[in-house]
Amino acid sequence: MAAIEMSHIVKRYGDGFPAVNDVSLDIADGEFMILVGPSGCGKSTLLRMIVGLEDITSGDMVIGGTRVNDKAPRDRNLSMVFQNYALYPHLSVYENIAFPLRLAKVPDEEVRRKVEESANILELHEHLQRKPANLSGGQRQRVAMGRAIVRQADAFLFDEPLSNLDAKLRGQMRAEIARLQRRLGITTVYVTHDQTEAMTLGDRVCVLKKGIIQQVASPRELYEQPANLFVAGFIGSPPMNFLPASASGGKLDTPFGSIQLDETRASKVGDRDLVLVGVRPEMFEDASLVDEALLDKGARFTAQVDVTEWLGDSQYAYIPYESSPEAAAKLKELAQELDGDQLRTQAIVSIDSTSRIREGNEAEFWFDTRKIHVFDPQSGENLTRDVEAGAELTRQASEDRKAQVERARAKASA
Amino acid sequence: MSTREKVGWGIGGLLIIVYCLFPIAWIVSLSFKSSADISNGEFLPTTATSENYDTILTGDAAELFLPALRNSFGICLIATALACLLAMFAAYAIARLDFRGKKLILSTALAVAIFPVISIVTPLFNLWREIGLYDTWLGLILPYLSLTLPISIWTLSAFFREIPWEMEQAAQVDGATPWQAFRKVIVPLAAPGVFTTAIIAFFLAWNDFVYGISLTSTSASRPVPAALGLFTGASQFESPTGPIAAAAVIVTIPVVVLVLIFQRRIVAGLTNGAVKG
Repeated sequence: MAAIEMSHIVKRYGDGFPAVNDVSLDIADGEFMILVGPSGCGKSTLLRMIVGLEDITSGDMVIGGTRVNDKAPRDRNLSMVFQNYALYPHLSVYENIAFPLRLAKVPDEEVRRKVEESANILELHEHLQRKPANLSGGQRQRVAMGRAIVRQADAFLFDEPLSNLDAKLRGQMRAEIARLQRRLGITTVYVTHDQTEAMTLGDRVCVLKKGIIQQVASPRELYEQPANLFVAGFIGSPPMNFLPASASGGKLDTPFGSIQLDETRASKVGDRDLVLVGVRPEMFEDASLVDEALLDKGARFTAQVDVTEWLGDSQYAYIPYESSPEAAAKLKELAQELDGDQLRTQAIVSIDSTSRIREGNEAEFWFDTRKIHVFDPQSGENLTRDVEAGAELTRQASEDRKAQVERARAKASA
Repeated sequence: MSTREKVGWGIGGLLIIVYCLFPIAWIVSLSFKSSADISNGEFLPTTATSENYDTILTGDAAELFLPALRNSFGICLIATALACLLAMFAAYAIARLDFRGKKLILSTALAVAIFPVISIVTPLFNLWREIGLYDTWLGLILPYLSLTLPISIWTLSAFFREIPWEMEQAAQVDGATPWQAFRKVIVPLAAPGVFTTAIIAFFLAWNDFVYGISLTSTSASRPVPAALGLFTGASQFESPTGPIAAAAVIVTIPVVVLVLIFQRRIVAGLTNGAVKG
């Protein structure tokens, strides 16, 4: 077990392109850290630099107090689960799991004990004598994890381990990985492009864009107090809506009417020609279903609904709006950065599943203005971010984690 | 497929098989004919006899044929083993590493493979005599490597390219040195490819005639194809057709046995060469 400290890590490829640019990140002992971002953001490169499969151009990589920049992967004592599992097809499941032990020349008796222990944890017992080719995707995934946990590694590294599984299995394995990490309490670095995995698994999440860290925080802080447009747009599904607006005297003029900001926020925003107002889909509601007491905490507007999606437990409505060409261009650029594509300016709103709003209807909506954020479209900076409130959320999360790890350990030793 | 089509395919296949195997059947039949029977004008021998086999295995021609058989086996096996080993390292480097002159190595290998053997035989003959390699095993193994290495490098590098690089990286993370990763992961995965390559290389060396006849003079190193050319009949008016046919059959046997044993591997190797990750 060890902490991983990175300071000013840079990875530059032959053509001078910095895939990872000046990344400094401390991962505490026993912490579950997620590296997340759209494709090409450098998250996998960073992981491969930790494990030693990729050279570090400059900066220091310190694992468990030792600088490992020049150490070969085998001398770093880390274990890794690859995206395609990289199981050895010529070896049985048993020998696959035993492989690291065999290399370390562990006596047969101990190998058997340890392999059986891992097989028990991952419920692989009946498959030990089979070859990887005869296993299902989920079983292969578990074998790859078995190979990772069988020896006393300082940290686990996962490189998009669930991206080859179907949606149902992915959910199960996600829970399995979380349970395993809590039980073993080993430092874990997990790379994914899936924000659901990032939110559910991570103690802290590091959001990367083009090799640069955007924000490192607990999932809750990322969601509630995003540092910039990119993080706000990346975290959350469906994503946050960005409404173009002009600000003057604490009043925001949006396509959905004007919003009055409270004093502290108004002073932070000031007067601007163009800002982007970030509103999460679930802050909206069908106005006819909103509690009387809440109505004056938000703003009301009427709009034509383009499409509705009813999912049983929730319902989404798509509301198109007109925007200035400048704002539309900015939104398009942002969508591209987030690996998406924005064809039209529209807001996605989540309304109660019992709502009678239907496609093509003119309907009245209400949205909660207490939690909206205001972004500067040029720098992307979140003008209304409450740093202290965010830090408090992350502090709470780390306390929760400590309690969870202790509970899991007590349960394991009992 | 309708019955008609099936019959059509059957007949077509049969024709091809007959066309391919007829010469071999003829050789086999010839090898069982006595010397008086050779020109009987019929396909089958009048009475089957093993006199030709006796001649080459225990009789007059035995001292020509048996050492040649031993030489052929020895030389070809060594040349194949060396070629596979060297080609494995070369192909691994070509498949995995990015270095200058990679294309040059591959195209040189190809150039060597298509270079006409006959044009280098005379210089080699002179050189080998000067440095004392003439009529030795080593004197044949070296030129045979020039036949077997290029094809081995080409086939093996194709195989190595198919093996996902993650395998090796996983092994390194698991604590393997690069050499251990190569030996414990890459080599077993490439085994079908190595088998295919070895068999192709062995046949190339086994079938060589030009080097064999030019660079040897005694039974110290003369391989079978060269020895066959030196068979003589019982008298100077008789050609040694029978014994040559018998020797040809014997020489074909190892090839057939090898192919039968490794049939599945060869097919797997030639068709995909892939190792599923």
